[in-house]
Amino acid sequence: MFGLNQKDTKFLLIVVTLTLLTPFLLNPFPTDSAMAQFNAGYPALMQRFAIYGLMAIGFNILFGLTGYLSFGHAAFLGVGSYSAVWMFKLLSMNILPAIILAMIVSGLFALAIGYISLRRSGIYFSILTLAFAEMSYRLAYSVLTPITNGETGLQLNLNDPRVLDGVADTSSLPVPGLFGLKMNSTYTLDIGAWSFDFNVGFYVCAVIAILGFYMSLRIFRSPFGMMLRAVKSNQQRMNYTGLNSRPYTLAAFVISGIYAGLAGALLAAMDPLAGAERMQWTASGEVVLMTILGGAGTLMGPVLGAGFIKYCENIFSKINETILHSWFSFLPDSLESVVVWFFARFVGEGWHLTLGVLFMLIVIFLPGGLVEGGQRIASWWKNRGKDEDSSNQPAE
Amino acid sequence: MGILEVKGVNKRFGGLQALGDVNLSVKENTVHAIIGPNGAGKSTLLNCLVGKLIPDSGSVMFDGQSVLGRKPHEINQMGISRVFQTPEIFSDLSVIENVMIPCFAKRDGAFRMHAIETVESEKDIVEMAEQMLLDVNMQDKRNMHAGSLSRGDKRRLEMAMCLVQNPKLLLLDEPTAGMARADTNNTIDLLKEIKDKRDITMAIIEHDMHVVFSLAERITVLAQGTPLIEETPENIKGHPKVREAYLGEAQV
Ligand SMILES: Nc1ncnc2c1ncn2[C@@H]1O[C@H](COP(=O)(O)OP(=O)(O)OP(=O)(O)O)[C@@H](O)[C@H]1O
Ligand SMILES: [Mg+2]
Repeated sequence: MFGLNQKDTKFLLIVVTLTLLTPFLLNPFPTDSAMAQFNAGYPALMQRFAIYGLMAIGFNILFGLTGYLSFGHAAFLGVGSYSAVWMFKLLSMNILPAIILAMIVSGLFALAIGYISLRRSGIYFSILTLAFAEMSYRLAYSVLTPITNGETGLQLNLNDPRVLDGVADTSSLPVPGLFGLKMNSTYTLDIGAWSFDFNVGFYVCAVIAILGFYMSLRIFRSPFGMMLRAVKSNQQRMNYTGLNSRPYTLAAFVISGIYAGLAGALLAAMDPLAGAERMQWTASGEVVLMTILGGAGTLMGPVLGAGFIKYCENIFSKINETILHSWFSFLPDSLESVVVWFFARFVGEGWHLTLGVLFMLIVIFLPGGLVEGGQRIASWWKNRGKDEDSSNQPAE
Repeated sequence: MGILEVKGVNKRFGGLQALGDVNLSVKENTVHAIIGPNGAGKSTLLNCLVGKLIPDSGSVMFDGQSVLGRKPHEINQMGISRVFQTPEIFSDLSVIENVMIPCFAKRDGAFRMHAIETVESEKDIVEMAEQMLLDVNMQDKRNMHAGSLSRGDKRRLEMAMCLVQNPKLLLLDEPTAGMARADTNNTIDLLKEIKDKRDITMAIIEHDMHVVFSLAERITVLAQGTPLIEETPENIKGHPKVREAYLGEAQV
């Protein structure tokens, strides 16, 4: 089905189901319980899971398949956001034109940057992409102020033309939507002590992320995907086999740039503003971390990595000393303050420390990322079953 | 006029004259062996033919066209395939994928964006690759990770990757090095069979004289970057100049 073999179709259907059930899956704790702060099923965070998951899926097509490590993909994210906000300002609050323009502009941008950067490989390629992204960031921050509104960031205005939307209510800023469906509208379902948020924005992002995942699945299984893996495996052999590796890597670069631009457009669709900091190198590094953490070159890895990082960022940064005190209040006072002091380094502002430690542990013990961890658990589980079978047999 | 004409090729590495005024003519549909002691410049010569190195001077014509200044993939598309001295394969890919990639290169050229259909849906390519694996007797290793093959199997795989392209000129750099006797004989049989069945020219570098005398119709002896003689196998056995080349090397 869908041009995939049975196994992949099953895999895709599982991913689709899990994605659509996200509001349930991420809110396992009752709203008023002490554990509720570990719930991740609120719209803003779920949107981020989908958006950064999408970006990581695209990044993985470049890095995971070809091995070319770009340190500049945030530039495309930023370009996508700026393009989208401009569409909101000039044309319409409908997110479709914004998404389309963002994909076109980021694709062209990636074509230019990729064309030059791909003249080199390895660390030199990474440095070139990093340089281009930093240049874009600096330009957006200062020189290109008429387009980017510099430091303040590009925002909506009451007197923007929005030619397609006609004259609308001018008392408050409009909200991005999809043919009248507002991105920020949320339906809350209460079941007993639980409550689940169904947000239009999340579902729009989720459907687009699923499409993105499906496209990446097709690419992975296609001859093009095989060529990209060949680039990573032995570029020399590829060239002596009559294949020009350059257009293959460039195509992968542009595709991953378009994914990033699309993610940028969705960020803007959820919250219609675009700032230069979205292009900073830390943002480029983040998608690299996501992909490696989840498992570069695997289909699900980047999504898991993106979810993992965004979860840590949002949940660990929310925990503060007051919460820690309430957790450890059972300890004697002097010990409590020491324990709380220790854990406080890893939460709130210090969540990066947690992320850093987890990243190191995963890279050292699970070089294949979270996916490898999952596979190890799965095979351990299977073998455990087998052992039981074989030990049961003589008994029968 | 041979299918491959090398004229006055020179190549220096710093102070070392790796190739000095090499002239070589390989006739169409023959097997031409290039022999010579270690460091004679045999691999360097092949590198100049496939675009890995650019000679300092001289000309290399293939099928009436110059190969100099062309990129490796362009030279392959002209009809030259090469087996390397140390096997160059896609270690991270499966055996069948290794053979399918050259099939795609042959059918679709240097680049084609086929990103939608699955690899398996390319029936003709899969069939062609499977037939090739059958020919080199590797069908049972079809789905193995190429990197996990034995050294001899890696060589056979690389040869299959070149042969499946049906090249006009096949360059083989010590194709049987590191193979067991039985595998060497299989390789000889395979190359003989290919030669009988297809229009193919081969230039083969070999230290194993058994392989050389089983296959070659012409032999060029290279020593210190310069061809000493070019002869038929019958005339080369015991030729004083050949002795000199190998012995001279030993004395130094
Ligand atoms: N890229 C290079 N840079 C510098 N020197 C090189 C390079 N390639 C080869 N050489 C030198 O050129 C000479 C010829 O090397 P080449 O590999 O062509 O020999 P060969 O005849 O293939 O030997 P063998 O039988 O050992 O494979 C050697 O002295 C080698 O060290
Ligand atoms: Mg050599």
